[in-house]
Amino acid sequence: MTGAEMVLKALVDQGVEVIFGYPGGAVLPLYDELFKQNRLRHVLVRHEQAAVHAAEGYARSTGKVGVVLVTSGPGATNAVTGLLDAMCDSVPLVCLTGQVPTHLIGNDAFQEADTTGITRPCTKHNYLVKDTNQVARVVHEAFYVARTGRPGPVVIDLPKDVLVGKGTYAGPAKVKHKTYRPQVKGDIKAIEEALKLMAHAKRPIFYIGGGVVNSGQAASQLLTQFVHTTGFPCTQTLMGLGGFPGSDPQSLGMVGMHGTYEANMSMHDCDVMICIGARFDDRVTGRINAFAPHAKKIHVDIDPSSINKNVAVDIAIVGDVAHVVEDMMKLWKAKQLRADDRALKAWWGQIEKWRARDCLRFGASNKVIKPQYAIQRLYELTRSRDTYITTEVGQHQMWAAQFYKFEEPGRWMTSGGLGTMGYGLPSAMGVQIAHPDSLVIDIAGEASIQMNIQEMSTLAQYRLPVKVFILNNQYMGMVRQWQELLHGGRYSESYSAALPDFVKLAEAYGAVGLKAEKVDELDGVIEQMMAVNKPVIVDCRVDPAENCFPMIPSGAAHNEMLLGPEDEAEKPISEDGMVLV
Amino acid sequence: MQTQEIRRHTISILVDNEAGVLARVIGLFSGRGYNIESLTVAEVDTREQLSRITIVTSGTLMIIEQIKAQLRRLVPVHKVSDLTIEGPSVSRELALVKVTGAGEKRVESLRIADIFRARVVDSTNESFVFEIVGATDKLDAFIRLMEPLGLMDVSRTGVVAIARGPNPI
Ligand SMILES: Cc1ncc(C[n+]2csc(CCOP(=O)(O)OP(=O)(O)O)c2C)c(N)n1
Ligand SMILES: [Mg+2]
Repeated sequence: MTGAEMVLKALVDQGVEVIFGYPGGAVLPLYDELFKQNRLRHVLVRHEQAAVHAAEGYARSTGKVGVVLVTSGPGATNAVTGLLDAMCDSVPLVCLTGQVPTHLIGNDAFQEADTTGITRPCTKHNYLVKDTNQVARVVHEAFYVARTGRPGPVVIDLPKDVLVGKGTYAGPAKVKHKTYRPQVKGDIKAIEEALKLMAHAKRPIFYIGGGVVNSGQAASQLLTQFVHTTGFPCTQTLMGLGGFPGSDPQSLGMVGMHGTYEANMSMHDCDVMICIGARFDDRVTGRINAFAPHAKKIHVDIDPSSINKNVAVDIAIVGDVAHVVEDMMKLWKAKQLRADDRALKAWWGQIEKWRARDCLRFGASNKVIKPQYAIQRLYELTRSRDTYITTEVGQHQMWAAQFYKFEEPGRWMTSGGLGTMGYGLPSAMGVQIAHPDSLVIDIAGEASIQMNIQEMSTLAQYRLPVKVFILNNQYMGMVRQWQELLHGGRYSESYSAALPDFVKLAEAYGAVGLKAEKVDELDGVIEQMMAVNKPVIVDCRVDPAENCFPMIPSGAAHNEMLLGPEDEAEKPISEDGMVLV
Repeated sequence: MQTQEIRRHTISILVDNEAGVLARVIGLFSGRGYNIESLTVAEVDTREQLSRITIVTSGTLMIIEQIKAQLRRLVPVHKVSDLTIEGPSVSRELALVKVTGAGEKRVESLRIADIFRARVVDSTNESFVFEIVGATDKLDAFIRLMEPLGLMDVSRTGVVAIARGPNPI
């Protein structure tokens, strides 16, 4: 078999159905093999970055490994942003890159890039295959590495002569990784200690992250049961939304920089914090030395390097969320542990007071569409449908996180760790490929959407009825907000000038373009958007001056949140925050 | 965990001897801003194709723990041991030290070499190359003493280390 044949056979043996890719000289042998078969579907994107994000959307909405195929040199470098995005958000991917023939490597050959060198820090692992006999083993190993432990992207760099050369195939059963065996079962002693802390807690809180979502549907069901059994409040990170049902009374909503007042105040005042599959990211903790000062902290994570990285914890449990939570639940019952009901009642009393501040309240208007209102309406009109939401990056992303509630994992795809503008549209494309009959919406900003707008053409080609819902505030709103709060209102280069006519643009791509300018048009436009079985761009004109609140300014603590514009006037943000991101 | 004291640790890493493995380890240190005070690497098991990398690094306890956890996360890494805290260990470094000069200084350099049990491995009428083996401090001291005597060049291997007693690292 040739190397190229083996690659495709290995993909089929790994259960792959779809590849997102873009051809070029170095990968022509692979494209030739693709042409000759019909087991694998190839989706031709319009830019390699989009191929990676599409594979991310596919992976995150299915739990499978996403697969990407790009050529050498510029193909590979274009994929880099997507790879790092997948790395930061722990998305399992295998990315096949073409490479110049082995005898030319190092000679500055045409379209040569040191792909393994460039991608080393932005992949979980990478391979340069120099021998055709190793092709099958490497592909199988790559899938194993990508999906095992903390998932991540794996690059396989394939020189053209290796693809053309002949060798022998090995099936997946024959390949066993020499060393890589992440721990999935948590240490029972540590779990018992954690449960003891929880049973004595007066002001406990669950703080859950993307690890719950990554661990799969079962993990999130087990966790939900456990949260219900204990009666504790539960807050989610941006990546953890959907890991616990968003409309559950025990949910405090999102934590962190644009999280809810009740979530952040509870995090600050808690005495026992149970962190599950989250990583104490700076967007979550705020000022680190003021983070949850009274709390004993329990941390469950599959990645030991996430433990004690930013915040020192009292009990560390390394393992997969599903396994650990299952053991926690079993032992909690077996030991007949009970939460301290009286203390818990008082704690909930306090939380309800914080909740009563209604921190997501915004100045309703009947003259101009408030972006928050637009998301609220979108949520109300789509929540009963089989819906998947992706986003771009900016204010609209945070409003989506605040106002759209997710009841189960895998329904919410956003670029969290890297914050990649241009993520949403290709990601939605990948989701729609995996779920052809579902409603897939990219909640976008007018600036972000232009970063991968070319994918409208891919939507048209494959008849993918993705809905792009642009909250058009005519600004890079998040940048404008920071400039307002931290840089004296000097709006340097954050105005979205010379915007295209999004309706005409949609039509140019063979899609449907809709516009909502008035409050009373909004519902009708959303209904219309859902009614069309075609890609749609909605240009939703929203208040350009709206800021995203609540907000913990950089360098502030959880209990120093700004609740809204009035607060902003009272507590001007210190310029110290200016050096922070 | 809260201590801010900076300590020096010797970390031993057993890795698959494959292309790029050293770049992964070094890239991790530079990318995350960790220190490398010395680094040695060589294949130690030809049958299993394993190499041992010995790194001397420094940082707070939390950083050292983070370094080990990050190293363990690398796919080709088999084992990471912290020789500074995991029981007693021996560590050695070798240096080749070139000293040039004549007369009294030349004699003095030989005398000191003798005290330090450094061997002469090359000599000309106006130079010596000494080979010295020992702990890092000893090499530092020897080199400092050679400075006024015509120190010309130093080449050091970096630290290699191994656990004491019958058990493997
Ligand atoms: C690729 C990339 N470049 C720059 C940024 C910095 N950035 C973050 S949000 C933002 C503005 C986004 O504007 P828009 O898409 O209109 O969203 P809005 O904030 O207005 O909702 C920018 C430039 C980024 N996150 N990603
Ligand atoms: Mg905008």
